[in-house]
Amino acid sequence: MNSIATLLAITCMLLLGSSRLLVSIRMVAFQGILLGLLPLFVTDHIGVAAVLLMLTNIGLKSILLPWLLTKALFESGTRREIEPFIGFGASILAGVLLLAVSGYIVNRLQTTAQISSPFTLIAGFFMFFSGLFLLITRRKALTQTLGFLVLENGVFTTGLSLGSEFSVFVELGILLDVFVGIFLMGIMLFHIDREFDHIDADRFNELSDLAVDVGDSEEASE
Amino acid sequence: MISLPSILICLAMIVLAPLFPGVINKTKAFFAGRQGPPLLQLYYDIIKMLQKTSVYSETTTVVTRIAPFVILFSTLAAALLVPVAFRNASVSFSGDIILLAYLLGIGRFFMVLAALDTGSAFEGMGAAREVLYSALAEPALFFGLLVLINETSQTSISAIYEKLTVESWWQNPATFLLVAASWMIVLLVENARIPIDDPNTHLELTMIHEVMILDYSGKDLALIEFAGAVKLAIFSSLLVGLVLSGQELALPAQLLVYAAGMLLVSIVVGIVESTIARFRLLHIPKFIVGSGALAIIALILKLSGN
Repeated sequence: MNSIATLLAITCMLLLGSSRLLVSIRMVAFQGILLGLLPLFVTDHIGVAAVLLMLTNIGLKSILLPWLLTKALFESGTRREIEPFIGFGASILAGVLLLAVSGYIVNRLQTTAQISSPFTLIAGFFMFFSGLFLLITRRKALTQTLGFLVLENGVFTTGLSLGSEFSVFVELGILLDVFVGIFLMGIMLFHIDREFDHIDADRFNELSDLAVDVGDSEEASE
Repeated sequence: MISLPSILICLAMIVLAPLFPGVINKTKAFFAGRQGPPLLQLYYDIIKMLQKTSVYSETTTVVTRIAPFVILFSTLAAALLVPVAFRNASVSFSGDIILLAYLLGIGRFFMVLAALDTGSAFEGMGAAREVLYSALAEPALFFGLLVLINETSQTSISAIYEKLTVESWWQNPATFLLVAASWMIVLLVENARIPIDDPNTHLELTMIHEVMILDYSGKDLALIEFAGAVKLAIFSSLLVGLVLSGQELALPAQLLVYAAGMLLVSIVVGIVESTIARFRLLHIPKFIVGSGALAIIALILKLSGN
C-alpha cells in the first residue's frame, strides 16, 4: 500500500515537471490504474463492491477520460507543450514544499477515523494540493482539467486511507468525477477553441468587463 | 578511527578506478555494435599523458597550475572516507559523509576556479553549469543520507552501512529503492555522464565537464582524468554499499560481491548512456531537482512509517 502511495506521489511530481500534454495525460491514466488497485490493499476481504469500484475506477480514469482528453487534444489542434505560469523546476520545488506541508498536516491531524496508512494519507493530501497547484499555474483548459482530475484522485486516496469501507469521501469522489465528465463535455461539445481560436484559459477575456488588449497578450505569449 | 586493512583495500580501489570508465565504454560499444576501446584505455591514456609536458596559456595564473593537484588529492582523501567492500572506511568518525561531500566540493571548486582562470568564455559557461547542477544534486545526496540516519541512528557512513541489513530493505522496500534511485541520479550528475552531460562531446555549446578541462594538457590532464575515475568509483561504492550491505560473508566473498557490484553499476551507467538521449540543457535542472524530490519522498515515507 505504501508502495502504491509512493508511486502516486512520484506521478504527481512527474506531472508537475512534465512539459508535454500527452505525457501528462498518460501520467494521469497511470494514476487511475494505481487508484484502482489501491482499494484491494485496504481491506483484507475483497468483496464484489471492491472489485466493482476497482473496475469502474480503472475504466473511467485510465481508459475513458484519458481517451477523451487525447481526442480533445488532437481535435483542438493546440500546441502540445504545456505553457506554465511557474517553471517546471520551480513547480517541482513547490511540489516538495506541498509534500512537506501535507506531512505536517497529517502529523497534526486528529481524527476519530482509523488511519490505515499515514503515508497514503500524506500522498492523498499531496495529490490534492498538487492538483490545486496544477489548476492554478497551468495555462491551458486541458491541463486545468488534468489538475482537476489529480485533485479528485487526491480526494479518493484520502477517503480510502481514512475509512476502510466506502465512505462519504468516495461518494464525493464519484460526484467530482461526474463533474469532470461535464467539464470535458464542455471542451468537446462547445469547442471553445473554435470560438476563441485557442484554449488558453488566461485569454478568455473577450466577455470580461475589463478592457484587456488581446493583441498584446497574444504577442506576449508567442 | 583508522583501520589498516581498509586502507589497503581502498588503495586497490583507487588503483583499479580507471577500469570502470573502460567498462562503461565497453558496454556502450556493445550496444552500438562496435568493438570499442580496450578496457584499459584510460590507463594507456594516463600513462601517455604523464610522459608529456603541460602547456599553459599566457592568461592563466597559479590557480590553473595547482588545481589538478587539489582536485586529485581532495578526491583521494574523499576515497579514504568511503566504506569499500562492505568494510569500515579507512578513516571514519561521526558525520564523515559531510566531509566526504565537501572534499569533493573542494575539488569541484578548484576545477571551476581554474576554468574561470583561463579566461575562455566557453569555460565560464561550463563552470556556471557545473556549479548549478552540483548545487541542485546536493540535497538529493543529503536527504537520502537522512533516511539512512533515521533507519540506523548512526552518523558515520561506515557505521550506517554496517547497521544496514537485508531486513531493513525488506521492511521499507519503497524507501530504499527511492534513495538508491536518487543516488544513482546523483552519480550521473556528479560524474558528468549522459543524460546530464556527454563525456564524448566536444561541442562547445553543450559541454559541461569537458569544457572546464579543455585548457589542460599533458600531466595535468592525466591527474584530472584519474581523479574523475576515482570520483566515479567513490559514488559507485556508496551505491553498492547502500544496495548490498548487510551480507554476512567472509573477506574473499565480500571482495567478490563488491567487485561484481561495482562492475554492475558501471554496466548500468553504460546501459543508461546507450539507451537515453542526452537531455536538453533546459530540462536538466528539472531532472536533478526531481532526484531530490525522490529522496524527500523517501524521507517522508520513512518518517511516516514509524
